[in-house]
Amino acid sequence: MTFDQFLQYVFSGVTTGSIYALTALGFTLIYNATDVINFAQGEFVMLGGLTAVSLHDAGAPLVLAALGAVAIVAVVGVVFQLLAIRPLHSAGILAQIIVTVGASLALRTAAMIIWGRESLPLPPFTGDTPIKVSEATILPQTLWVLGLTLVIVVALQVFYRRTLTGKAVRACSVNAGAARLMGISYSKVVLLSFGMSAAISAAGGVMITPVSFMGYSYGAILGLKGFAAAILGGLGNPAGAVFGGLTLGILETLTIGALPMSGASGYKDAVAFLILLIVLFVKPQGLFGGRSVEKV
Amino acid sequence: MPILAFLRRHVWYIAFSIVILSAPLFTGNIYYLSILAFMATRLMIVLGLNLLMGQAGQISLGHAAFAGIGAYGSAIMTTRWSMDPWLAMLLSAVLAAAVAGLIGVPTLKLKGHYLAMATLGFGEIVYILLVQLKWLTNGTDGIGGIPSLTIGSIDFGNAQMFHWLVWGVALLMLRISLNLVDSRVGRSLRGLHRAEIAAMSLGVNTSFRKVQVLMVSAVFASIAGSFYVHYVHYVSPVSYTIIFSVILVTTVVIGGLGNVWGAVWGSALMILLPEYLKRYNQDYTQLVFGVMLILTMIFLPGGLVSFRTLVAKVRERFRGSRAGPVTGPEPRGGS
Amino acid sequence: MALLRVESVSKHFGGLEALKDVSFSLHEGQVKALIGPNGAGKTTLFNLISGIDRPTSGHVFFRDKDLGRLSPHVASRLGVGRTFQHSKVFDDMSVLDNVKVGRYARGHAGIFSAFLTMPRHRREETAVADASLRTLRRVGLGDRAHESAGNLPVGDRHLLEIARSLASEPTILLLDEPAAGLNNEETAQLAEIVRRVRDDGVTILLVEHDMGFVMDISDEVVVLDYGKKIAEGPPLMIRNDPEVIKAYLGEDL
Repeated sequence: MTFDQFLQYVFSGVTTGSIYALTALGFTLIYNATDVINFAQGEFVMLGGLTAVSLHDAGAPLVLAALGAVAIVAVVGVVFQLLAIRPLHSAGILAQIIVTVGASLALRTAAMIIWGRESLPLPPFTGDTPIKVSEATILPQTLWVLGLTLVIVVALQVFYRRTLTGKAVRACSVNAGAARLMGISYSKVVLLSFGMSAAISAAGGVMITPVSFMGYSYGAILGLKGFAAAILGGLGNPAGAVFGGLTLGILETLTIGALPMSGASGYKDAVAFLILLIVLFVKPQGLFGGRSVEKV
Repeated sequence: MPILAFLRRHVWYIAFSIVILSAPLFTGNIYYLSILAFMATRLMIVLGLNLLMGQAGQISLGHAAFAGIGAYGSAIMTTRWSMDPWLAMLLSAVLAAAVAGLIGVPTLKLKGHYLAMATLGFGEIVYILLVQLKWLTNGTDGIGGIPSLTIGSIDFGNAQMFHWLVWGVALLMLRISLNLVDSRVGRSLRGLHRAEIAAMSLGVNTSFRKVQVLMVSAVFASIAGSFYVHYVHYVSPVSYTIIFSVILVTTVVIGGLGNVWGAVWGSALMILLPEYLKRYNQDYTQLVFGVMLILTMIFLPGGLVSFRTLVAKVRERFRGSRAGPVTGPEPRGGS
Repeated sequence: MALLRVESVSKHFGGLEALKDVSFSLHEGQVKALIGPNGAGKTTLFNLISGIDRPTSGHVFFRDKDLGRLSPHVASRLGVGRTFQHSKVFDDMSVLDNVKVGRYARGHAGIFSAFLTMPRHRREETAVADASLRTLRRVGLGDRAHESAGNLPVGDRHLLEIARSLASEPTILLLDEPAAGLNNEETAQLAEIVRRVRDDGVTILLVEHDMGFVMDISDEVVVLDYGKKIAEGPPLMIRNDPEVIKAYLGEDL
């Protein structure tokens, strides 16, 4: 592999890696607020992309289509929490996780009925003239993905550390009981977490659609890679989630690049799951330490 | 009369066995018999998953892969290596158990639902391997020409004979699952599900028990996969996707989480419903499944079987006594 | 030799020192109480003795075994039983089944003998049912055996936890605030049960806030304050210890 090839793989890796990072972040938000592993997280990504496609096809300018899609999916996240998760608050974590599994199946199939089986495209945000970096090329959309991911991550940090609501969310993730005593409404925090989580993942879906299209079935695999990224970085650790996502994206493309045999790309998806298993087996607290990996 | 007591204790099991085993006497229709056969293999997987989810309180989203190990194990060993089907079935089950142990030991030591994630990743890897390892699995084309099962001169390629065989095994698994629930191990599993620390302080080696039940459920799934491919004589990767794992979880929940009889009702419904729905629009099947899973969890957390409990409770109220029948599918809690 | 020896045990959680160099011992047949204001480290100490947590330094010896290095289920099998401050009754099981889980450590039937219900397994089941029922009667819950444990009132939940633990035939029983939430009559009944358990040869270590109860049934009392042992001795002595009175300033001993 030459350096330019390497660079090319890294560019491509950070692009998909950013989406994994956003999915992982969405997953982390819900996990921190509720301890629930949301198996429908990937469907939020898928819905984001496909909703943007529809809005754009209906004549909305790209910016509005993107923002509209994020808003709509955020509403889906909130409604999902209200209708399906909240009634199970006293039934326990297992029941809530099972419901997210059901939601994943329902949303995926609903998307197939609405958008069909084909993968749908979205135009890049600002043209598709490649930019040359050394001998490698980089698409403008890649810069958008990276830039917007950075903006989202920074905005989230500012929200968490500088605003009162953000501090409340953090307090709840540390100790829900104590937070409640301080007058923080736990149920509002959970609702907010679902909304933000859905929005962030949907934004990932909107940004990646111009690069790799979007289809009804993409959610499952994107969600899984988001989990892998979150675990790699340390379950419940937002910074770890972002790092895990980018690392996973780069590792994936580099593995394909490094494997000389033909048909290696068929194994691309396996890389993420292999990493997931290895991390779970060897260092379940992830690279940066999770929130609460305890041995019982 | 001990015999009478025995009959009374197992009245539901005996009645169900008689009904199901006599089915081929009333119909030779291949379509009906094949639906019943699929129900039996589904039941085998769901029984195991029900033990894992309902008793031990752990989710596996990779049970399609365990079934896949049985299916492909049998297919590959019998068609490529001309192995005896029964031996192939046994070896596949051992492999499934070993893999389950490998996944379970590190993840079930942790508090929380790490098994769900590990099995999800594992399921996806198995699927990718089934598609990619073309030299072994023939990729997406799948493997055909899988022989029927035989014992001596009895050929289970015959639909009626196969019915007795597959239901015989499924009923055996049902029996041992029922036995497990009312045993030292079964109680310890329900206990650790409800309060793991308490179970530990009562002497239960909780991670060992969890791994054990995961391995048992993997064996059930693997055997089901083996029977399935010896019946349809063909296997391809599409049967063993993550979606199938999700449908299996759905079957457990809809039937009744933690109630062994729930596995029977769940399997029946989840095999029959798609047959019915496909008359209208097949695309809607999974949407219906997903919505049903959510609604069951919220409105009928005990699953289909809890209808009985509901009825029994009402009746008990009227009778004002606790002399209700405890012989049948006794309601088992579990969230 | 003492049955249980807590030897200079310290436990840190991050920067917080929950226990500082605590030592005491417990002799066979004794009833010893562990008291102290909230946050004194009593439950932490229980968790160390029952193997749920590890001490940062020091040792907990049960006879010659170092409990600080063992898992809870091993500690249980050695003869350490416990109840929990926040009830950990198995709510969705019957009262009797709860106690049957308590007999787990005394049973042998594995998963395969359960699958096949071998005669030996059936005999064990009958024995377990009998023993569990007997244990339930010991705490006065015999007639509630077939009720769902989730339906029991608070007082009975404590008793059920005690029965469940007794079913494992512990040598030493750790009771974490057994009288919490009980009225006077129930507390008196509990004291009676605890005495009977002691008379049956079980050594008892208990954490309790109800001083009347503690002074009534304990042979000796250990007082913890901010993770440190500040006094140890018979109830009468403790009652008049100036250090203890200071720690409990304003509270009625």
